[in-house]
Amino acid sequence: MQYKSQSVAKPYFIAAIGLFIGQILFGLVMGLQYVWGDFLFPAIPFNVARMVHTNLLIVWLLFGFMGAAYYLIPEEAERELESPALAMLMFWIFLVAGALTVLGYLLVPYAGLAKLTFNSLLPTMGREFLEQPTITKIGIVIVALSFLYNVGMTVLKGRKTVVNLVLMTGLVGLAVMFLFSFYNPDNLVKDKFYWWWVVHLWVEGVWELILGAILAYVLIKTTGVDREVVEKWLYVIIAMTLITGIIGTGHHYFWIGTPEYWQWFGSVFSALEPIPFFMMTVFAFNMVNKRRREHPNKAAVLWALGTGVMAFLGAGVWGFLHTLAPVNYYTHGTQITAAHAHMSFYGAYVMIVLTIISYAMPLLRGRAAANSNKAQVVEMWSFWLMTISIVFLTLFLTAAGILQVYLQRVADVPLPFMVVQDKIVLFYWLREIAGLVFFIGLMIYVWSFFVKGEETKTA
Amino acid sequence: MDDRTQLKLPGDLAMWIFIYAELLVFGIFFLGYAFTRAYHVELFNNGQATLNKELGALNTFVLITGSYCVVRAVAAIRQDHVNTCVHWLGAALFSGLIFLIVKVFEYKDKFAAGYDLDTNTFFMFYFSLTFFHFMHVILGMIILGFMLVKTRRGGYSALDHFGLESGASYWHMVDLVWVVLFPLLYVMK
Repeated sequence: MQYKSQSVAKPYFIAAIGLFIGQILFGLVMGLQYVWGDFLFPAIPFNVARMVHTNLLIVWLLFGFMGAAYYLIPEEAERELESPALAMLMFWIFLVAGALTVLGYLLVPYAGLAKLTFNSLLPTMGREFLEQPTITKIGIVIVALSFLYNVGMTVLKGRKTVVNLVLMTGLVGLAVMFLFSFYNPDNLVKDKFYWWWVVHLWVEGVWELILGAILAYVLIKTTGVDREVVEKWLYVIIAMTLITGIIGTGHHYFWIGTPEYWQWFGSVFSALEPIPFFMMTVFAFNMVNKRRREHPNKAAVLWALGTGVMAFLGAGVWGFLHTLAPVNYYTHGTQITAAHAHMSFYGAYVMIVLTIISYAMPLLRGRAAANSNKAQVVEMWSFWLMTISIVFLTLFLTAAGILQVYLQRVADVPLPFMVVQDKIVLFYWLREIAGLVFFIGLMIYVWSFFVKGEETKTA
Repeated sequence: MDDRTQLKLPGDLAMWIFIYAELLVFGIFFLGYAFTRAYHVELFNNGQATLNKELGALNTFVLITGSYCVVRAVAAIRQDHVNTCVHWLGAALFSGLIFLIVKVFEYKDKFAAGYDLDTNTFFMFYFSLTFFHFMHVILGMIILGFMLVKTRRGGYSALDHFGLESGASYWHMVDLVWVVLFPLLYVMK
């Protein structure tokens, strides 16, 4: 750690991991509710568990992105963070607001929560992933603005590198697109249309810039490859991301009441979305192969390579699987979507946050370069357990999805939804087992932070 | 200069990746157009009959001229003729401007006649393909403009004109796409 203020990243990373655990626990609850309908009913109904599962994911990834920015931006800008105190204040505001929101979901019926938080003054609640009470959304905007001010000033006054400019572009984009969560038109088509401006343009747009920047940073640090080479890759990757991702939003506009040309725009552009992800994989492996030093933090390099591969598989391949309009006509809203969602979120965003944590946390905890060999071995075990289990989870959901599509939508005598759900229950059980293994992997990951041992020497 | 340096890629590899990505997008649209046309021959023939082939041909000529200017610009900088290079870049930029003006007139005609993206599948292709290309002409012009300013400031020379080659390659791509697009949309039946 070169700058003292980088240490504000530490609480962000710890909070991220804490919320990650919560997310997986609620995932396990939901997974069980798929096969055991009244499990924990009425305490935690399925819709509440789902809301907590998805919202916690978003919030912990945001904690991770902010931690990553607070860690890498001072180092890239070669100066201390504008205001570490502001960063800490925002940390507590964000954490408390997040905790209160989740408690609200769990303790108050959703309609009651809407009333309690004066949703009627500026109605924004009730939409998937954007369920947060309006006041929480306003809080998120305040936190985001303070955060952008803090890192933005650091970049402006400091050295401007491609990595921190791409990261800043991604973060500003993240904040700007979130503003569409306040736009809630009565017209259902318009509502959905702009809802995707938050959801899609986050995960298939600006978040990819954040991913690219963090990946580039960790690769520069661990491989010692020339910055110029890494930057060129980054340019091409983000150009491809934006070319394909922005109009690729159209793949959500096939059946919501928008004009027919979206079927063409959406299909063609989103079909190319795997390209930037593939380039990221090639990029990561290329840089590691051309490395000029042996960085002692092998675990971080493993996470970085894993991000490339799993993001390509989960976001690229599994996304392509159902992105063409004629295919999506059958697969829309089935378990195929769930399969894609799990592997893409894990492969792209979970793994990039764990990559930067893996790289930065040892330094934040005062190690010279990396954790002890013993701790790294434990961490790598958790890498493989989580990664392999998410692959299985995805395969089981894909199998469930294919069966579901066939029985419910393609077969000569299509069956009703609930009848089909009964027939694919085996895959839901298998998915739950994969989820349990994932949770074990996560516990081992947490454990790896407490493994002592001799620190490996800097190469 | 030996033969091997003659054979090296003009411009940056990153630019070429970008160019191929662009060609891929257009290529997929061209294929989509071809297959859809096969299903709706009459609809497409009727649509094509409304297009102004003369203006399309004029624009083809304009873009090819623009590409020629860019070739001359690169040739000039290789001889260290900075001023000549600036002039040729300016001429290329001018050709882009003419293209845009002609195209705007064409669009105006079509909109006045009541055609838009929603009219039918043919016009969906006509407007999206030509508009995507239109945007690329603008991007190409931005690149040309940037290079013109840099050349003027002495940013390129016979020894170092890598960036100029990259930009020139991009402009040729914009031209190439139109050379395929024009016969496909306007002429071929």
